[in-house]
Amino acid sequence: MPIKVRIPTPLRKITKDKEVVEVEKCATIGQIIESLEKRFPGIKERLCDEKGEVRRFINVYLNDEDIRFLKSQETGVKEGDEVSIVPAIAGG
Amino acid sequence: MHSHSKGFFTGLKCRECGRLYPAEATHVCEFCFGPLEVDYDYATIKKAISREKIASRPKSMWRYKELLPIEGEPTVGAQVGFTPLVKADRLAKELGVRECYIKNDTVNYPTLSFKDRVVSVALSRAKELGFTTVACASTGNLANSVAANAASAGLKSYVLIPADLEQGKVLGSLVFGTNVVGIHGAYDQVNRLCSEIAGKYGWAFVNVNIRPYYAEGSKSIGYEIAEQLGWKLPDNIVVPMASGSLLTKIHKAITEMKKVGLMKTTKCRIHGAQATGCAPISHAFKNGSDILKPVASPKTIAKSLAIGTPADGYYAIQSIRETGASCEDATDVEIIEGIQLLAGCEGIFAETAGGVTVACAKKLVANGTIAATESIVLCITGHGLKTQEAIAGHCGQPRLIHAKLSEFDEKIYHADFKK
Repeated sequence: MPIKVRIPTPLRKITKDKEVVEVEKCATIGQIIESLEKRFPGIKERLCDEKGEVRRFINVYLNDEDIRFLKSQETGVKEGDEVSIVPAIAGG
Repeated sequence: MHSHSKGFFTGLKCRECGRLYPAEATHVCEFCFGPLEVDYDYATIKKAISREKIASRPKSMWRYKELLPIEGEPTVGAQVGFTPLVKADRLAKELGVRECYIKNDTVNYPTLSFKDRVVSVALSRAKELGFTTVACASTGNLANSVAANAASAGLKSYVLIPADLEQGKVLGSLVFGTNVVGIHGAYDQVNRLCSEIAGKYGWAFVNVNIRPYYAEGSKSIGYEIAEQLGWKLPDNIVVPMASGSLLTKIHKAITEMKKVGLMKTTKCRIHGAQATGCAPISHAFKNGSDILKPVASPKTIAKSLAIGTPADGYYAIQSIRETGASCEDATDVEIIEGIQLLAGCEGIFAETAGGVTVACAKKLVANGTIAATESIVLCITGHGLKTQEAIAGHCGQPRLIHAKLSEFDEKIYHADFKK
């Protein structure tokens, strides 16, 4: 069973309008990002800064938990997990 | 004569990656999702602005117009700002500091909170950009200000608020004939909905698509504090934090005053104050982190500060660290004591956020962060009549008597003076 990745509207131009992308054979969030980049070149620089860190105003959730409170990109993933990429909401 | 500020700001710039955007109704970087900020031509402003020129202008926040992002003259809220800076000697004594001042935005015009500053800029800019309907996501004060200022400007308005706000804040919007929409949920859910609506109907959401302009209005508190102290900075400023925007903009104001030659120094510590029941910024700071853990269900009487995912939290922490300042948070009991302390010492009735600021200042002095020899300015950002529920039952009750002298003598005078 693959891992589902939810893509936010502003990045769907890169994923050819796909809202959910499935990736396989990934053990960590970092590997998922690399796998996405192989299929959709250009998506990594939108998600990560020059140092390879997830950008400050991008939130990546593993089954509803922000990976910043797990092990960031080292966070392990298993089959059946769901990953969501969600830009931060400005306001207030 | 340079009668307007066209040319003083050049466009919008991503605070994260630096990409430039035209000065339109947009707030997020398309590339990296960072927030957009107004980009100024400080060299031109430096030539145009001076202390003397500012002093010659009317006493409103627009006396600093070169540093505010509209092209022409303000068309909404021309009288906003320049609220009193009150020397608070009795409070200074209570807190244990040499000198204390209250920046008293409880009497800001027209809706008794600092939000009139940001709304004045936002609606003036929204009109320049051709909008006829304005809106906001709000914890109350912003809704009041958008409703009032939109009414006087003849703009249609929608204000979206959490359904459980204080009555004073709900009525204080309804009276202006705005469309009040109560959302079943916390502020963060209101905000999320607004970010979806803003793109859909072409409205000017002051704190969504107009946010880069709106947020700049808060800088005026920083300019005013400096000017009202005779172009000096206090050792400390204590600022309440919800999104963290006000604190970052006061910091920006201080750095700008040096850039444009109004001040020689930027030395001033800017401390942040939150309610313990919703303190993601204070908690991150105290943990030595700059990653904010969202608060899913805020629990505090300071509803105006109850933002669980503060958009500017990261930048607020940077400003606090950069100025060598600190963060505190206050419980509901401490907030009520803070409101009463300010009221009893200075005759100023602040809303719950003001209680948070006073309580946190007290802690910062007590724990030695602010020394007894230093000066301190407290930003009191909203009026207490708007949040009466929070202190009802904590201030005692009137004593009831009949209109008879004998009853007054016995029940009041004798009870108070003959014991």
